[in-house]
Amino acid sequence: MRAARVERVASSRQQQLIANTVTHILLIVLGLAALAPFWWMISTSFKTEFEAFQIPPTWLPLEPTLEAYGDLFLNQPFGIFLYNSVKIAILGVGGQLITSSLAAFAFARLDFPGKNVLFIIVLSTMMVPYAVTVIPLYIVMHRVGWVNTHLPLIVPAMLSSAYGTFLLRQFMFSLPIELEDAARIDGCSSFGIYRRIALPLMKPALATLGVFSFMASWNNFFGPFIFLDRKHLFTVQLGVALVQRQWYTSWPRLMAGSVVVTLPVLLVFLLLQRYFVRGISLTGIKG
Amino acid sequence: MAQSQALTRLAVRTKIQGIRWHRYEGYLFVAPLIIGIVAFIFLPIAASLYMSFHTWDMVSPPELVGIKNYARLVSRDRLFWKVLGNTFKYAGWIIVPSVTFPLILAALLDRPIRMRYLYRLAFFLPLVTSVVAVGLMFRWLYDGEFGLINYSLSWVGIDGPNWLSDPFWAMPAVAMVTVWQGLGYNMVLYLAGLQGIPDHLHEAATIDGAGPFSRFFRITIPLLTPTMFFILVMSVIGTFQTFGLIYVMTQGGPINSTNVYIYYLWQMAFGSSKMGYASAMAWILALVIFTITMIQVRLARLWVHY
Repeated sequence: MRAARVERVASSRQQQLIANTVTHILLIVLGLAALAPFWWMISTSFKTEFEAFQIPPTWLPLEPTLEAYGDLFLNQPFGIFLYNSVKIAILGVGGQLITSSLAAFAFARLDFPGKNVLFIIVLSTMMVPYAVTVIPLYIVMHRVGWVNTHLPLIVPAMLSSAYGTFLLRQFMFSLPIELEDAARIDGCSSFGIYRRIALPLMKPALATLGVFSFMASWNNFFGPFIFLDRKHLFTVQLGVALVQRQWYTSWPRLMAGSVVVTLPVLLVFLLLQRYFVRGISLTGIKG
Repeated sequence: MAQSQALTRLAVRTKIQGIRWHRYEGYLFVAPLIIGIVAFIFLPIAASLYMSFHTWDMVSPPELVGIKNYARLVSRDRLFWKVLGNTFKYAGWIIVPSVTFPLILAALLDRPIRMRYLYRLAFFLPLVTSVVAVGLMFRWLYDGEFGLINYSLSWVGIDGPNWLSDPFWAMPAVAMVTVWQGLGYNMVLYLAGLQGIPDHLHEAATIDGAGPFSRFFRITIPLLTPTMFFILVMSVIGTFQTFGLIYVMTQGGPINSTNVYIYYLWQMAFGSSKMGYASAMAWILALVIFTITMIQVRLARLWVHY
């Protein structure tokens, strides 16, 4: 009887081993399928024009060259494109963190007439397709002279994030209210409570929102595409699209552009990954 | 203890309500957001509705035409119907793989295996990459002569088509890119869903003699149907908002076979300066999205277990 049990344990361990091996094999195959395009992008970006068109293709560049990158930064103003993207993202995200956290604090902790109706109105804007608002927005921006400035990409992002407000409000509900009550009794104003208690406690959620909005801003194509047509104002995304218009099949150049546009957002992602995952599962919505 | 806390809170409440000013203080906190939402969302919505009943090229003043824009779109614009059909085709190609592949991934990753973290990372990379980079990467991979995909197919003796310039293959090719990009996102949604399934259900089923497969199909899948429903709705809505990928990969071609809704709307508004016409298109889009979502909500009652 004992032997039988030992055998059973052994066989279940064996089963476990097989299951794990199969899982790993499947995951490796699928993982490679997810990563192969990136490998190809990086490898091509270091190739010469000639080598890129070689058949059979070379997995690693035989004569690695920085030609394509040099072209982007010397013959095209990619430095300026990067600067523009960073500027738009940081100002937009910074403003959004402030307005959303202020509103989220009020919606979660303060009482005022019409609060719930107001919150529902804010939420409902998440369902409006961008296509509905973009045309009038363009016309208004055109009228006030904001087309071909970065303002239409920064100001609306700063002021109208229903998503951010929703995310932060959800998070506020998970925080204990006792600290705030105590502060209130000690005579702290609502703004003081927001500034000294709620805001510091909200840090993880602010990081989540920050990562999401940074990525959304950095990867935004439609917005800059509509509002900007002067080269020195372009974001990196527009810069890469521009390279495509000029060099439709210069693959090393196009892939180098793709690497340049991906690298910063990848760094942000790797550093703040855990906030990113939490953001998706917290709200089920991508920024 | 609990009582004293309740008393404290009562004291706080009276203190707040005691001073009238505090009743309205909240408005100050929400003011920046509300101003932004009114200025950049509500006013544009109103303006868009107004414009959809006018023709306007942004040079001469807008001219009131009633429902003519809508009528023309529906009755005389053949391309409009083609584009609408294309968008549905696009959705049709992505629905099944976007619901199933991430589920497989999540099921594999929902176990304590080594290097879980690394695998998860691999599936996230496509998600954080911009549509411009993704579009270019795949244009290169799909290249008819020198692309890696056709090269790999030639190994198994298949002579691959020139994907993006073939009117039939262009749409599925673009759709697969969307699926690839959404893998990580949908996977996380499933992982969250899986974590919500209590262990004791699986344990009970195991004791009753259910094997891993029947547990997966009879417990896991039914309990994940809300997540599936969410992914389905979001994927379909997403196809109606796709612009960048189409712009980079195909420009709507060949012969309009990948011209999808927003792309055509953009051509009308910013290519042909038909602002009123494009606004009418935007409203039809809003209506279509609303209708599809409602239909899905209705159908959900048949297969989603809450």
